[in-house]
Amino acid sequence: MSSDILKNDIRPDDELSLQIGERDGIRDKLKRMCRQNPLAAVSAIVILIFILMAIFAPIIAPYGETEPDLLNRLQDPSLTHLLGTDELGRDLFSRMLYGSRLSITIGILPSLISLIIGVIAGLVAGYFGGWIDYVIMRIADVMLSVPSLLLAMVVMYTLGTSTINLFVALTMTGWSSVARVVRSHTLSIKESEYVEAARSIGVSKWKIMFRHIFPNCIPSLIVLFTLNVPSAILSESSLSFLGIGIKVPFASWGLIVNQGRQFLFTQPWLCLAPCVAIMIIVLAFNFLGDGLRDVLDPYMQR
Amino acid sequence: MSREILLRAEHLYKTYKTGKKGREVHAVSDVSLEIHKGETLALVGESGCGKSTLGRTLIHMLPATAGSVIYKDMDIAAMSDKQFKPYRSKMQMIFQDPYASLDPRMTVRDIIAEPLETYKLCGSREKTTEAVLRLMEAVGIPGEFLNRYPHQFSGGQRQRIGIARAIALRPELIICDEPVSALDVSVQSQVLNLLKDIQKDYDLTYLFIGHDLSVVNFMADRVCVMFLGCICEVADKDELYAKPLHPYSEFLLDAIPIADPHRRNRKRKVISGEIPSPMDLPKGCCFCTRCPYATEECRSIRPELRDIGGRKVACHHPLEGENR
Ligand SMILES: Nc1ncnc2c1ncn2[C@@H]1O[C@H](COP(=O)(O)OP(=O)(O)O)[C@@H](O)[C@H]1O
Ligand SMILES: [Mg+2]
Repeated sequence: MSSDILKNDIRPDDELSLQIGERDGIRDKLKRMCRQNPLAAVSAIVILIFILMAIFAPIIAPYGETEPDLLNRLQDPSLTHLLGTDELGRDLFSRMLYGSRLSITIGILPSLISLIIGVIAGLVAGYFGGWIDYVIMRIADVMLSVPSLLLAMVVMYTLGTSTINLFVALTMTGWSSVARVVRSHTLSIKESEYVEAARSIGVSKWKIMFRHIFPNCIPSLIVLFTLNVPSAILSESSLSFLGIGIKVPFASWGLIVNQGRQFLFTQPWLCLAPCVAIMIIVLAFNFLGDGLRDVLDPYMQR
Repeated sequence: MSREILLRAEHLYKTYKTGKKGREVHAVSDVSLEIHKGETLALVGESGCGKSTLGRTLIHMLPATAGSVIYKDMDIAAMSDKQFKPYRSKMQMIFQDPYASLDPRMTVRDIIAEPLETYKLCGSREKTTEAVLRLMEAVGIPGEFLNRYPHQFSGGQRQRIGIARAIALRPELIICDEPVSALDVSVQSQVLNLLKDIQKDYDLTYLFIGHDLSVVNFMADRVCVMFLGCICEVADKDELYAKPLHPYSEFLLDAIPIADPHRRNRKRKVISGEIPSPMDLPKGCCFCTRCPYATEECRSIRPELRDIGGRKVACHHPLEGENR
């Protein structure tokens, strides 16, 4: 073969002085993220700690979730009650731990499910077009046009208030914005020459969608996900406030905020502690999202 | 050169429907064409004349509106995508823009391996990587760049990657859609030489789309001149460059800048007149609004592609003797 001639053919200006590229596994990618973006690494650890604390809440928590202790109402933070007690004398720190179980699950799980549904709906609508696109996008439009809280309320009223139905309600409102973003990416990417090249090779439609179009949507999806997690946590607290979220004796961060609201000026930690917790986890998700986006971007390699 | 016909288009039409009112763009109209095995047939014409559309319609990338494409005695234009699937790998494409034709999120290995994996040609992952390395060697990309991403290469190198992907399936025909027009002049000749070498090594037939006539002169065995979706003239390259028969071919060749100072003072053909819109083609010859020799016959009757001395010309008044 004439490869020797061809190699000599490459001129210096056609040659880039780059180091040899090794294959970049997931472990390398994570290492790279820790090195380049320590904030993202710290965020990942923070999220991990929150999740572990939620899982082991019954072991860590010094007091129960719901037991009132009317003799010790509205205590200031002390060594026996790290964050003080609420108006029924329940230990706030313990309630926060138990509440994190629901709040974190509510933040992550419906966002994840709506991400999956939204990606599939958006890819299918954008790639196939025609009536499929029309039907999917009209449904998404309806979901988007009703205020999400209202839609969630309707779902909770009709299906009854339970944690599962809360998930359903939040997923129903979450997927449509994902679908829109993915669809618009799909529309532009499917006209690109590299998708045409894949078609000319004979790559199947589904492979094209998931190997070529989907990876190019990932940066936007990470941003959407990090926005969806806090909005789901906050929706849950709004619904709980309206009395159609979690049932009263149990705890969620949103519910604790609402209950502590009346003592904002006398015992501000009752309200602020869960707010700070929400803020920390929301920020952590944002920083982690930034880090992941960079590490997955081939242009940012080394 | 063998005269065995690899692919034949017969009265091929491709119409795009655009806008709400169903306006039709006649991108390719009544094209009949033969591509011989082993040759490089160049398709030239100004941009927007339907070259890319014709190339893609020929290899089933776009559905034809009417007419047929004959390959191995079968009409592939009439096939569904599913029926065409076994022949897909025989006809590949090299794209114009090496920046847009490679997925930015895939490594070189994955890009070149994609055709091999799609047809499960190599079995294991290691065998596939070996095959990718051989292909990279064949197109002059050093093997250590295996895990690089497209943006880490220069335009010429990317086009080489595109070429490696196109030859991975051992196709018979490759549509080269202006493969060097996005590259620096200094890199163009390297890629063109690579295409020529690869053609020999892999027994390829090229449909080489281009609008740069000096590039076409270097690459082509035969040339097909298109204007506004119609074929004006098909001829051997040397004959066409020496003596164009269609007024549009003459005009195109006249537009080449000439390096030879002794020939500089020749009279250039000046072309005036409007280019008709592809949505509203003239009844007669497509070129009649701009042709200096057009007559009433040209304006009313579409000229057929006819044989004149072994070449094909679609003109009522080909440039022989009296018109020169
Ligand atoms: N997808 C499309 N939809 C509508 N019109 C198109 C489309 N693609 C090309 N055209 C039109 O068809 C004609 C031929 O285009 P093309 O084949 O790209 O020409 P060329 O490759 O010779 O520059 C042009 O008038 C162009 O505007
Ligand atoms: Mg073109």
